[in-house]
Amino acid sequence: MARRAAPEVNAGSMADIAFLLLIFFLVTTTIETDSGISRKLPPPQDEEVPPPILKEKNIFVVELNKNNDLLVEETPMELKDLREAAIKFLDNGGGAGEDACNYCQGSKDPSSSDNPTKAVISLRNNRETNYETYIAVQNELVAAYTTLRNREAQRLFGKTFVQMEKELKDVNYTGNKESLKEDIKKIQFLFPEKLSEAEPKK
Amino acid sequence: MSKFKKKKSGDLPAISTASLPDIVFMLLFFFMVATVMRQNTLMIENRLPTADQIEKLDKKDLVMYIYAGKPSSRYQASAGSTARIQLNDKFADVSDIKAFILAERASKREELVPFLTTALKVDGATNMGLVGDIKKELRDVQALKINYTTRTGSAMDNLQ
Repeated sequence: MARRAAPEVNAGSMADIAFLLLIFFLVTTTIETDSGISRKLPPPQDEEVPPPILKEKNIFVVELNKNNDLLVEETPMELKDLREAAIKFLDNGGGAGEDACNYCQGSKDPSSSDNPTKAVISLRNNRETNYETYIAVQNELVAAYTTLRNREAQRLFGKTFVQMEKELKDVNYTGNKESLKEDIKKIQFLFPEKLSEAEPKK
Repeated sequence: MSKFKKKKSGDLPAISTASLPDIVFMLLFFFMVATVMRQNTLMIENRLPTADQIEKLDKKDLVMYIYAGKPSSRYQASAGSTARIQLNDKFADVSDIKAFILAERASKREELVPFLTTALKVDGATNMGLVGDIKKELRDVQALKINYTTRTGSAMDNLQ
C-alpha cells in the first residue's frame, strides 16, 4: 500500500464564513442604554386621609406650563438657574428652636424653608409639557439634592455621597459595608429627597 | 552568479492572508460576547432625552420596559401619529399596563418581585399627559420603582 499524504483542506473560505457571522452580529448588536434617573413613585393614596399640613414657606413650587416655560414660585426662571435656586431653598435653614438646622450653610432667611428635613419641592406639570423639558427639570432638582448630600458627606466622612454609593455597590470594597450603609442613611436623613409631584393640570 | 540572480525576481511577494480568519474570528468573538439581543422591536420613535444625574440599572432581568413615543413612519398609517405606548412588540393602551406588570411579576420568582424596576423609555417629544397616565397606572399596581431611561449628557441639551 502506498502511503498517501492526507489532502490539505482548503481554508481559504474560512474568512468568508467568519465575515458572514461577524456581519450578522454587527447588525444585531445594540449597545442598549440602561441608565437613567431613578425615582420612586408615591404609593396610591386613600381619598379619606387628609394631606399633611405644610407651611407655605417650606414648599418650593416648580411649575412647567404647556409652553415648556419654567415658573419657580410663580416667577419665570431659566433652567440653568434652577439648580442654584433649589440648593438655596433647601439649604436655607431659617428655622429656630426645634426646627433649627445646625449643618445648613444657607442665608437663614426666615421667609424660606426652616430645615432641609421639612423642605418640600413640589413639581407640577401640564399635560402638554414636553417630556424632554420635564426630564431636564427632574435632573436639575436631583442634582441639587446630590450637591448638598455630597457636601455633607465630604464634611462628615471625607468622601462624596456619590463615592459612598459607588463603594456600596462595589464587590471589591474592603471596608465595612454595614457601617457604610449606616453612613449613607445618615446623609439621606439630613437631606431627604422630598420631591412631590402633583397631578398634572388639564 | 545564477545563485544571486534567482532571489531577485522583480515582482513583490503576495501578502499572506492566512491570519485573516484569526483576525476576523477575534472581532466575531468580541461582538458575540458584547451583543445583547434586543428583546423588543421598536415600533415607535425613541429619541431619549439626556441627563447627567443617572444611575445604572445593573440587573437586566429585573427590569420591565415600557416604551412610548410617536409611531415610526412605517406604522403611522395604522397607528396614527399621536404618541402611543408599546409593550412587548405591540402597541398598547394605558389600560393594558396593569396586565403587563402583573404578567411580568408572575414570570419572576416570588422573592425577586420587590426588586423589579420599571424602565420608562419615552421619546423626548412626548407630552407629559401620557407619561402621567403611565405613572398613575404604575402607582395603582404598586410598581413604584421607576427609572426614566436617558442618554448621558447635559440636561441643557434637551431644550434645543
